Amino acid sequence: MADKPKPNDLLSEINYTPPSRKWMDTPVEWKKGYYCYGAKPKNLDYIGFPNGREWNVTEQDWKLVDNWKEIFLEGMENLLKKFRSFRLFMDICVRCGACADKCHFFIGTGDPKNMPVLRAELLRSIYRRYFTIAGKLGRIAGARDLTEDVFKELWYYFYQCTECRRCSVFCPYGIDTAEITMMGRELINLLGCCTDWISGPLANCYRTGNHLGLQPHTIKSNFEYMLDDLEEHTGVRVEPTFNRKGAEILFVTPSADFFAEPGVFTCMGYLLLFHQLGLDYTWSTYASEGGNFGFFTSNEMMKRLNSKIYAEAKRLGVKWILGGECGHMWRVLHQYMDTMNGPADFLEEPVSPFTGTKFENAKSTKMVHITEFTADLIRHGKLKLDPKRNDNHTVTFHDSCNTSRGMGIFEEPRYILNSVCNHFHEMPDNTIREQTFCCGSGSGLNAGEIEELRMLGGYPRANAVKYVKEKHGVNMLSCICAIDRAVLPPLIDYWVSDVGVCGVHELLGNALIMDGEKERENDLRGEPLPGMEDKGEEE
Amino acid sequence: MPTLESEGKSYEVDEEGYLMDWSQWTEGIAAVMAKGDGLDLTEEHWEVIKFLRDYFDKYQIAPMIKILTKELAKKYGKEKGNTKYLYELYPAGPAKQACRYAGLPKPTGCV
Repeated sequence: MADKPKPNDLLSEINYTPPSRKWMDTPVEWKKGYYCYGAKPKNLDYIGFPNGREWNVTEQDWKLVDNWKEIFLEGMENLLKKFRSFRLFMDICVRCGACADKCHFFIGTGDPKNMPVLRAELLRSIYRRYFTIAGKLGRIAGARDLTEDVFKELWYYFYQCTECRRCSVFCPYGIDTAEITMMGRELINLLGCCTDWISGPLANCYRTGNHLGLQPHTIKSNFEYMLDDLEEHTGVRVEPTFNRKGAEILFVTPSADFFAEPGVFTCMGYLLLFHQLGLDYTWSTYASEGGNFGFFTSNEMMKRLNSKIYAEAKRLGVKWILGGECGHMWRVLHQYMDTMNGPADFLEEPVSPFTGTKFENAKSTKMVHITEFTADLIRHGKLKLDPKRNDNHTVTFHDSCNTSRGMGIFEEPRYILNSVCNHFHEMPDNTIREQTFCCGSGSGLNAGEIEELRMLGGYPRANAVKYVKEKHGVNMLSCICAIDRAVLPPLIDYWVSDVGVCGVHELLGNALIMDGEKERENDLRGEPLPGMEDKGEEE
Repeated sequence: MPTLESEGKSYEVDEEGYLMDWSQWTEGIAAVMAKGDGLDLTEEHWEVIKFLRDYFDKYQIAPMIKILTKELAKKYGKEKGNTKYLYELYPAGPAKQACRYAGLPKPTGCV
């Protein structure tokens, strides 16, 4: 978005006055910067998805197969049978509108079809028409025919939802609009209309085990550079193992943690922690991705990509699995993995080797979130920490949608942050914890071509960051999600500026006192620690 | 599919101008891409492009920024091993612009 509009210009475009025409009569306005590119045939072919072809979403002809409507409706019938929640959500909405202004995309765009109620209605109108008796009455019953234009409208708006579930928190009926988006995307994928940005990681992940397509030798090489840096900063040589059979624990994290900044600094934090503990663990170059773009595609694809985690745990003979700082990875692991690819009866119920704590909540999945693991260590006094090393940071915490609303991780990251930093301030209550505002780029919407939409969708989050920056001097936004770490820096630069973005374990790594470490002068980014600013110049 | 022309040959690129097939890359097409951005490629630009090509050949992905800066420093001197220098050469960012000129696909996923 080299030619992206200035923040104030973008804000002034938001118009909350609904169009005068009824929604069914209001055609989609295809705005550049609001829609992703279509999937390339090579990626769809690789994962065995139908109708791989060259196509362009802005052209009239999407090159759908002749019987596309049949496929769609048959697919919808299957989903209605398979997921009772879907039928329930289609039936029970009373259009009270409690969700309407809770969506960051509605707040950011003012487009009524981004009100969760109306986004769902786009699909609900098809449900009424083809699956209810009342729907035979047509429009008066809120029903409409499925046409190519209707299909394109579904596509446009289901890729303007990040499946963050903030709306669901406010729904008096408990309708999970994210699940409606998920069903919508299932149907879209039956017709081969995935986005380019999602289908690339799907194919990569299916081939190599991770979204980036990192091969084993590449992963090892990336680690070598991180380990060199750690040695330079701490004087300690960390020696992790890969694909080691017989390790007690398998560690799985998003591949971006060992590829892209600032995720690599979070990864360096994990490495220091595990080394200091003497944790008997291994990385895997196959289960080398916690994230799962299949979750943004279809139930079946999510299952296929997720299966490697238990398969690798079994192959290596570990006792349980520890998982890193990732958002949607945890929604999949926490809510679906056990029934999708389990039961993992070959694993043991996770117990911390250092504190004896049984992670009761991970009894069935056998997979523990790293902030639970680390918070427990701190609680039991197992780590020596020097929070002064983070004194140059005034920190706030962005709850990732999936770890907060998807699994209730609220206290653990805050407990760690308050142990490793002296200056921590919360953003306003209605923007954190279960009411957290989305980064605006989740669920595979972190594509470059929709940066305008992302900036608008992320505006409520950025606005809360701006508030704590001005009120408390916050200069570091911490989070526990790899998509967050990738997308919050440009978002904050755009709306706020001069606030960094980091993972929680990066700050932990800064504060962690290692056995045998040299006098620490630099943080994990190689920047001078507070009080060490002149040190480099003296030498 | 959009295409770019160089020395009478046509090259398929994606919506953002990344080469669809990295093995088709030529110095000519890199120069055409740069020209499209109003850049003339200098010796310093080519050093980066060459490194990216060699790295990709071995690892099938663009290098981490950390690797790029460290290796450039080793090879061409400390003053060339930092992101500030890379942004001076490639104002739209080394990860995007330099990789595009070098014919590498853009990394995808949580990045």
